[in-house]
Amino acid sequence: MTKARTLYEKIWDAHVVDQRDDGTSLIYIDRHLVHEVTSAQAFEGLRKAGRKVRRPDLTLAVPDHNLPTTPRLDAQGNKIPIADPQSAAQLAALEANAPAFGVPYFDATDIKQGIVHVIGPEQGFTLPGTTMVCGDSHTAAHGALGALAFGIGTSEVEHVLATQTLLLKRSRTMEIRVNGKLSPGVSPKDLILHIVGVIGAAGGTGHVIEYRGEVFEKMSIEGRLTVSNMSIEAGARAGLIAPDEATFAYLKGRPMAPSGAEWDAAVAYWKTLPTDKGAVFDKSVIIDAADIAPSVTWGTSPEDVVPVTGVIPDPASFADPSKQDAARKSLDYMGLEAGQKMSDVPVENIFIGSCTNSRIEDLRAAAGVLKGRRKADGVKWAIVVPGSGLVKAQAESEGLDRIFLDAGFEWREPGCSACLGMNPDKVPSGERCASTSNRNFVGRQGPGARTHLVSPAMAAAAAVTGKLTDVRELTKQD
Amino acid sequence: MKAVRKVEGRAIPFGQKNVDTDVIISAEWLKTISREGLGAGAFESIRQKEGNIFDDPEFAGAPILIAGDNFGCGSSREHAAWALDDMGIKAIIAPSFSDIFSGNAFKNGLLAIALPQEAIDRLMEVAKTDPVSIDMESMSVTTPFQDRFAFEMDPFRRNCLMEGLDEIDLTMTQSDAIERHEQETDSARPWIRPQAA
Repeated sequence: MTKARTLYEKIWDAHVVDQRDDGTSLIYIDRHLVHEVTSAQAFEGLRKAGRKVRRPDLTLAVPDHNLPTTPRLDAQGNKIPIADPQSAAQLAALEANAPAFGVPYFDATDIKQGIVHVIGPEQGFTLPGTTMVCGDSHTAAHGALGALAFGIGTSEVEHVLATQTLLLKRSRTMEIRVNGKLSPGVSPKDLILHIVGVIGAAGGTGHVIEYRGEVFEKMSIEGRLTVSNMSIEAGARAGLIAPDEATFAYLKGRPMAPSGAEWDAAVAYWKTLPTDKGAVFDKSVIIDAADIAPSVTWGTSPEDVVPVTGVIPDPASFADPSKQDAARKSLDYMGLEAGQKMSDVPVENIFIGSCTNSRIEDLRAAAGVLKGRRKADGVKWAIVVPGSGLVKAQAESEGLDRIFLDAGFEWREPGCSACLGMNPDKVPSGERCASTSNRNFVGRQGPGARTHLVSPAMAAAAAVTGKLTDVRELTKQD
Repeated sequence: MKAVRKVEGRAIPFGQKNVDTDVIISAEWLKTISREGLGAGAFESIRQKEGNIFDDPEFAGAPILIAGDNFGCGSSREHAAWALDDMGIKAIIAPSFSDIFSGNAFKNGLLAIALPQEAIDRLMEVAKTDPVSIDMESMSVTTPFQDRFAFEMDPFRRNCLMEGLDEIDLTMTQSDAIERHEQETDSARPWIRPQAA
């Protein structure tokens, strides 16, 4: 009998091109997503060395990080030029590099354009059992469909473009098992924030996570994408969830997914992927779903998580002296004090979007809270940035755009937007933002910006009250 | 890549934990299409504060940075490694590094040296006044006070760093094996080939 293997080990084994004596392996990469910010220098490297893209058919390029989210076409249907010359040059570089190297490309005006990690699953480019990379750390998201997906740097982007492989060392494996059921009003985002809080920002370093248990089996694909997406916030490059009937149903009929007899063969193969009974993980974390409340961050690391019903912790309460120091610095930057109730913290900005939470279910959850309500006067800026043109169109067909607009939100074009403060969508210095994104780092949403990570429903609730709010308090009135 | 065998000189006793790549180089600097000139933006949010350690003349031109746990966490931006390189940093010593950052550092010939917290504490002390030396041959960090801390490094990475090898060149020599894998995949799992976008 063969050794019992985990999902990760099965995918790894199927992609080894060559194994070296020093423990590194040459691993074949089945899917490569490319965006404008981390690719220009890689294409330039290829050009200088006279190299081609080995498998343009396994590569897909789309602009997202640096693209403004304001309208892209004028009334006559002409492209509106991008004001910032550096951004314009970077976007133009991708627009030129993709066809020059034969790489399929979704233009900014294409309805298929969107955030790399939204369009991959949406197009059926992401498939179970494949290896997938992108010059972006949130590539971990695609693990939700059972793909071994992880972020890489630009030199590795160049390596994959040139050779369709990467030199890697096998990671250790970590099981995160969540037993029981999430309480009403608690979303996948609250769950992953809680998990990052429990294991810490470096808890998964050197590991590939597999999320297991009833909670994930019952979770929608969108919810799973939110969870896997933030694996990197716990230090893990990848976070997998075993493919199941929900995965197959999600993928069936997607434009780039297999069809006909190939679909049947693919599903038969995918069914062999889940972790075998008796397979051993290097590390195991067990969490009870019933313990989780809507979560919110108080500091400048995604591990700084408390339930919205909680208070800001006292830096002295941490055992590790370096964490005490970090917590003091965080509170200073955030303008908060130990002991303050989270639900007393006012917010001036609301961002609903990012590769973590910009899919249709996320927008439905936020709109569900906002329906018939308006943002508080203290909220100066509230935007919704759908994850792709197709998500935007779907939301509009359901009338969600009207709910957001009536609530005082702006309804934008797809992109990464205020998640990373690279395009013009930034949070002003010293102001707070309830944000559905993934990072609350110093200056992440703009210099001096103060980020509180929350779920889409929680962001909507904060918009209505003008402060961080337990969404369950609002919705119980409905 | 240039071969690296030894890094010697002053070390900036920074010490902070969970230093993310947004802090090393903020998004505004990611609009460039070049790898050059990013040193000017390195640690911008910290350098805006007066009396910060990076602008302390004592550490001008220091080739080593000492940091806390989980250095380089967060975004995969290789710009962080380019920025450190451009500001003259040739090695970072910390208790641990994020996986993506340590790969990016390696690809740019930057040494990411992991040592236990006790060693970091001692080096932070020494660095205030004296130089630190990193030797790749003996895999050790030493100080003028007889301190000697041995470190480990992946043998493949160590060899590439010491010989200045280019990884793409190395992989290109295995194109036959890559082609074989592609042919096997095509027959065993033809559905992996995506339908045209």
